[in-house]
Amino acid sequence: MPERIIVPFGPQHPVLPEPIHLDLVLEDETVVEAIPSIGYIHRGLERLIEKREFTEYVYVAERICGICSFMHALCYSQGIEEIMKIEVPDRARYLRTIWSETSRLHSHLLWLGLFADGMGFENLFMRSWRLRESVLDVLEDTSGGRVIQGTCKVGGVRRDIGAEKLAEMHRALDPFEEECRDLGDVFLNDETVKYRLQGLGVVGKDDAYALGAVGPTVRASGVAIDHRETGYAAYGDLGFKPVVETAGDCYARCAVRVKEVYASIDLIRRAIDQIPEGPLDVKVRGTPDGEYFSRVEQPRGEVIHYLRGNGTKHLTRARIRTPTLANIPILVKMLPNAQLADVPVVVLSIDPCISCTER
Amino acid sequence: MTVNAEQTTISVAPEDLMREVEGLQAGGYRLVQIGCTDIGGAYEVNYSFDRDYQYRNLRLTLGPDTEIPSISGIYWGAFVYENEMHDLFGIPVVGINIDFKGTFIKTAEKYPFSVTRRGGDQCRNA
Repeated sequence: MPERIIVPFGPQHPVLPEPIHLDLVLEDETVVEAIPSIGYIHRGLERLIEKREFTEYVYVAERICGICSFMHALCYSQGIEEIMKIEVPDRARYLRTIWSETSRLHSHLLWLGLFADGMGFENLFMRSWRLRESVLDVLEDTSGGRVIQGTCKVGGVRRDIGAEKLAEMHRALDPFEEECRDLGDVFLNDETVKYRLQGLGVVGKDDAYALGAVGPTVRASGVAIDHRETGYAAYGDLGFKPVVETAGDCYARCAVRVKEVYASIDLIRRAIDQIPEGPLDVKVRGTPDGEYFSRVEQPRGEVIHYLRGNGTKHLTRARIRTPTLANIPILVKMLPNAQLADVPVVVLSIDPCISCTER
Repeated sequence: MTVNAEQTTISVAPEDLMREVEGLQAGGYRLVQIGCTDIGGAYEVNYSFDRDYQYRNLRLTLGPDTEIPSISGIYWGAFVYENEMHDLFGIPVVGINIDFKGTFIKTAEKYPFSVTRRGGDQCRNA
């Protein structure tokens, strides 16, 4: 039997923009076990709930992550609205959907670039990020912020997107989709990409479900879980079907995200077509008294904000379960039998967001 | 089609936890999260499960020194939540499949969210 050695992977590694550590137990070049370790940048943002009024905590929630910041604010706001039985105006629901899907586009294109970089496909990385840049421009144009949008609030949204701007976004979607499909064609059909990704880090449908995985990671193994199906924001009006692949390998996880880029473009287009006129918010009266597990589908999967109030202006508890934390067990199961050189690609394939995890 | 998502919460005694969790696992539920809430001198632990967007919560109410059994033998991925609960609240969890013994989440201060253990006493897993 070959000698076993332990190779530390992270917390600083070229493919990891944020710190996570894995102890890789190797036999020659083959991984036999991976032991994760987190907590290098734990910020304790949950506890800030005791010091911020429930309406102000939206600002903290959207700073949990710099990529899915809008969706953290949305998940938190929807939780408070459920506890306080606040009915959000229709236009606000549609605007929330447009910003959510724009954030998903930006996140998936960011990931596709990082993944291409991890594979060593540098010009594909640059091409992905060039497209992402145009999505960031739209976010900046419509909200004022490229990273933190600051547009979601309890009871609705803070700002509108005017008819002219919506029409401009609509016109830009066709050429943008064409460019995304050209990009996706390389990820889905290029022989070198297939050779690098197919059969790597395979997790079957039953295992992915049993391990509690979420998002594109579980959908790539054939499990159709996507919280947009519950119809929050305007998803119930727009109609939605999850993107599912069945191979459960790195290629399938990449394919789900590529196809979700197309799905997001389609959702934005339909949301712009159907958005009603009307108010942007309702006045919030009273204070939250009760509890709720609010759930939203982020780019990396289901996020949960457990919120609990006692009738005062400060909540007593916010517990945030982020998708990357839920995807750590499946990552640990993906790595055995992988070659050491493939570990960065397998780790990237769950799209780890440590900023979220270390909320 | 929009799915009707429901949430239910059931209080369970610590000695009934494993039986209830086995029942949910046999019923096809996935483990969504385990979270802890300080309720002033005691803790509430929520074990959350989901099947077809139907959200089931098992709720334990514990004293500060009560040991709870690990459910990682039933749901392998539970170790992340059980280590987190131990590291951030100091709750002793017995029999975790991957027990980091207090090093999963590296915080400068022990149990920053805990009222009952704020004195800094060692928890049993450490």
